[in-house]
Amino acid sequence: MASVTAVAPNTRRVPGFVRPYRYFLLRYRRTWRGTLTSSILYPLLYLLAMGVGLGHLVNSHLATHGGSARLGGVGYVQFIAPGLLVASAMQWGANESMYPVMGGLKWLKTYHALLATPVQVKDLVHGHLAWVATRVGGSSAVFLVVVAAFGYLVSPFAPLALFVAILTGLAFAAPVAAFTSTQDNDSALALMYRLGLVPLFLFSGTFFPIGQLPGWLQVAARLTPLYHGVALSRGLMLGHVSVVDELGHVGYLVGMMVIGLVWMRRSFTRRLVV
Amino acid sequence: MHPHQGNGALREGPAGGQSDVFDPDAVVTARALSKRFGDFTAVDAVSFSIRKGEVFGFLGPNGAGKTSTMRMVSCLSPVTEGTLRVLGLDPNHDGPAIRRRLGLVPQDDTLDLELTVRDNLYLYGRYFDIDKREVRARVENLLEFAQLLEKGDEAVDKLSGGMKRRLTIARALISNPELVILDEPTTGLDPQARHLLWDRLYRLKQQGVTLVITTHYMDEAEQLCDRLVVMDKGRIVAAGSPRELIAEFATREVAELRFGVDENEKMADRLQGVAGRVEVLPDRLLVYTDDGDAVLQQVHELGLHAEAEFVRRSSLEDVFLRLTGRSLAD
Repeated sequence: MASVTAVAPNTRRVPGFVRPYRYFLLRYRRTWRGTLTSSILYPLLYLLAMGVGLGHLVNSHLATHGGSARLGGVGYVQFIAPGLLVASAMQWGANESMYPVMGGLKWLKTYHALLATPVQVKDLVHGHLAWVATRVGGSSAVFLVVVAAFGYLVSPFAPLALFVAILTGLAFAAPVAAFTSTQDNDSALALMYRLGLVPLFLFSGTFFPIGQLPGWLQVAARLTPLYHGVALSRGLMLGHVSVVDELGHVGYLVGMMVIGLVWMRRSFTRRLVV
Repeated sequence: MHPHQGNGALREGPAGGQSDVFDPDAVVTARALSKRFGDFTAVDAVSFSIRKGEVFGFLGPNGAGKTSTMRMVSCLSPVTEGTLRVLGLDPNHDGPAIRRRLGLVPQDDTLDLELTVRDNLYLYGRYFDIDKREVRARVENLLEFAQLLEKGDEAVDKLSGGMKRRLTIARALISNPELVILDEPTTGLDPQARHLLWDRLYRLKQQGVTLVITTHYMDEAEQLCDRLVVMDKGRIVAAGSPRELIAEFATREVAELRFGVDENEKMADRLQGVAGRVEVLPDRLLVYTDDGDAVLQQVHELGLHAEAEFVRRSSLEDVFLRLTGRSLAD
């Protein structure tokens, strides 16, 4: 009888998460064209329409009223670029964790195929998150390069915004995937998108400083995760870094990711190991 | 009471004596194995032993507990109660190590429909950490084995049901498993596709691979299985080779008689005592006998005329009917 740890010929053991990661990667290599609009084009269209179009109005208004300090002393495009980056990261992370996860669990049942091999649930969970990190990282890098090409990246800390985007993507991906795995169909997913992600996108300081909101909404905005991602990325990209504040933002997002990860491992196990 | 419920299946004999626990040739051993979902008992204290190199079947209607048993043996579903050993290991602790040596053909194909046939096979091999070059070579061999060479670069979505099934079987073989578990391999396929699949399974058996098959087709069980257990309502109600089971629970032949609507019941009473045991089905009567033609002769002598009548050999269907009082197709 072969021992438990015996390695068959022609095989090389890899960390557990790599096996499902291979699946996500190959699948992406076959289908990447369809994802270009949402991952590359949309954020840049927003930047163009809001930053350049609306930004022209905003900038001239602030110039005549002497209020450019409200945007941290930069033009409107530079103000929203860090926000758009992180708000997009949130959407990329969440999108990868809604319909693709439902497909793996229920529609295509590809997760079941994975788990019939040496892959374990925890490998699947970690592989999914590693894949989300790759996707968010890749799209964010493209966004940052475009912004830099227009000369809007001035702070030496700006490249760190890439990691803020990945962290934000993961902080959303883990709990969203966990929630998806508790659902029997996709009706709640559309609801979560409309009632959860869209308001966050609009009210977390992406397009205007939350100081513009009424007091109670400001408090609410500060409690939401996207606000922390936006504040962190904006501080880094505009060069206004305060270590204490940034640590608080990072702590919030890491905490959310870890709680999401624990939830995800539990709910995936409950769903898949019965 | 069924004659061979519970411990009945444990009786001494080729189908599974107690000594099987120590059988060095046993690939899978289950003792009083149970699976419960909340209050529902899907598998109720079943015991069986599967030997190296044989084709072992689980025959029973939908809901008999076959799939739940297969999922436990494949280390996909935790054992609720009892003991289970697969390839000498304990699924509770060594799931990944067992699955590394096992091929599973699940009831749902679980293929990625958007990827090509080749991609599906290749990826599955990579889940087992097999080298890229080695996987590519095995993929080509398996495409040939599954008669899918021309379809290699097509999306799985475009394949027929039979082709998808063959692909799922090929996929299960990519890791050169010692044990292959097939859950309803031919359900939903047309006869031609089924025969092609059976042929592929024979070839595997000839290569010395142990096969475990669940089915609710008695002809499939008769064709493929060296030994099988009959399951009903979570229990094993009989165990043995197809021939042994037919010899034990049925007669050599069956005379089938079809009288008019509502006539079958009445005719059954008149036939009692004339011939062997009589079973009444909704649409026909079955008379169990060693000489079917003699029964038809006697029926004619009684002056009864069936709308249709014929004699056939007993099958596992009759075994199941005898053991459960129901037909497999119900």
